[in-house]
Amino acid sequence: MDRGAVPAASGTAIMRRRILGSRGGNSALLFGGLALAALATAALVGLWYTPYAPDAFAVHLRLAAPSLAHPFGTDEFGRDVLSRVLAGAHLSLAIGFGAMLVSLALGVPLGLLAAFDRGWVSAAIMRGADLMISLPPILLGLLILAVTPPNLGKTILAVGLVYVPILVRLSRAVALGLLEEDFVQAARARGEGAVSILAREILPNAWPPIIVECGLRVTFAILLGASLSFLGLGPQPPSSEWGLMIAESREFLAQAPWMGLAPGLCLCALLVAVNVAGEGLRARLDPSHA
Amino acid sequence: MSTYVARRLLGVVLVVLATSVLIFAIVHILPGNVAYAILGEYATPAAVATLQQRLGLNDPLWLQYWRWLAGFLHGQMGQSLVMDRPAGPLILDALGRSAILAGSAFVIVASGGIALGVHAATHQGHVSDRVMTLAQFVFIAVPDFFWAILAVVVFASWLHWLPATGYAPPADGLLAWVSHLVLPVIVLSIGLLAHVSRLTRAAMLEVLRSRYVLMARAKGMSERRVLWRHAAPNAMLPTITILAIDFGLLIGGVVVVETVFAYPGLGRLLVFAIEHRDLPLLQAGMLVLTTIYALANLAADLGYAALNPRIRYRAAA
Repeated sequence: MDRGAVPAASGTAIMRRRILGSRGGNSALLFGGLALAALATAALVGLWYTPYAPDAFAVHLRLAAPSLAHPFGTDEFGRDVLSRVLAGAHLSLAIGFGAMLVSLALGVPLGLLAAFDRGWVSAAIMRGADLMISLPPILLGLLILAVTPPNLGKTILAVGLVYVPILVRLSRAVALGLLEEDFVQAARARGEGAVSILAREILPNAWPPIIVECGLRVTFAILLGASLSFLGLGPQPPSSEWGLMIAESREFLAQAPWMGLAPGLCLCALLVAVNVAGEGLRARLDPSHA
Repeated sequence: MSTYVARRLLGVVLVVLATSVLIFAIVHILPGNVAYAILGEYATPAAVATLQQRLGLNDPLWLQYWRWLAGFLHGQMGQSLVMDRPAGPLILDALGRSAILAGSAFVIVASGGIALGVHAATHQGHVSDRVMTLAQFVFIAVPDFFWAILAVVVFASWLHWLPATGYAPPADGLLAWVSHLVLPVIVLSIGLLAHVSRLTRAAMLEVLRSRYVLMARAKGMSERRVLWRHAAPNAMLPTITILAIDFGLLIGGVVVVETVFAYPGLGRLLVFAIEHRDLPLLQAGMLVLTTIYALANLAADLGYAALNPRIRYRAAA
């Protein structure tokens, strides 16, 4: 173990104590996290078990109102709405968190590179980020999904790309600050290469603000993903993605409002949980906002 | 100030040009041939070849791009394939109707959001502040298409107060016109109102803690004057940035809300173009939308500069 890693490790340890340690209660993080864990568990269960098959037609039960047998009612084909909501739960989570991973995987390396290189590479990356930020957020998604047939992967990619420039700017700003620190200067003096410094000195210390930003962005990523699939630009029928279910319920709103209300309320619950957990994470990691 | 304006205007032109290249590139490079899109997948090769010839798809890409851009500069935005009409008038008509929708919503969001935010900041901890904080949390997290569905169920299906969907031109009478606008405008405003008021509250609280506000109070200035002469103008700076960001969200909201309410604006036209793979119409509509967004950002930057002497002078220096 070299000397340069010591401050980095202690910095990580401080962050770990802040997240896991008992330094003051954080009810937002606790309740948001618990609600999110409950919804994620439901989504996992829904992958393998639902009360009825989510795509089983039952013509005699078309548009049946909520009852004990069908707590959320049935849709226009007699499919059980509860089963469909459960089976589709993982899709909203996948879009939100998948998109965040896409923006992390693209945005953070580009941002770090832009901080480290002061020449044309940095200029190209930052001008590219400026350009992407000057597009309306939904436009890029529409453009990508309009030209090729939409599916889950493309929706994740389209939503993820929207937040890449934000993460590029953020991780560049954080890294620029860290580059002035003594332990980075020490690593430079030892003659370590750019990749080594970025990966072993900068990244372990740069992640708290990046994680906070991601936590707050997941809400918007889920929203944007649901909007796109509401417009028919996400997973295709017979998938039961919640945005898609809400779109399909529109024709039957007057007779069977539960068809739209059930996935809609679940989506709201998910968004509130993610939002509260994200705010709690910020309060925990970023004391200036507490 | 004038060099600053000139530099930002140049920036807008560059952004629109770069976006036009991006839109053109995505539409033409991604798989999915325009001719096949029009004729369907069972088209004979001869029919595809003829159509490609007619649309100029065999020319080099740079020539196609140049033709498209030059047409735009002459006010010709291309031809809608599905409707077989010039895209320009279609887009401009739809844009006018969207502008009414988005403009009304934006006025409500800006004025209401600032008023609510200032109120919450000056009544920190009161019941009204707590209720608003809770409401903001919920309102930000509810997708606008779900608000739209709730509004249709309650106000159109159950109460029969307002029409569920559609549009009536002003020629049909003022009441019909307004009644078709009420629900879309409210749905479009509600989430952004929560967003703006919450961030205005935060900005206002920050300013109220500053030393110049303490100083103003210490020298016996009336609270009203402290608030509106010293605190509010400074709290407006971050709010303007937020309003510019929200304008982008508003554009996304317009696309969704127009689809739900079957409102014939630019957003619905874009979704129509996507559903029918009308690529020339899509390209033109998107470029118009990006231009408007770039101009809105320009307006926000200029407003920021006008309120903030630091930017004005640094830019002039």
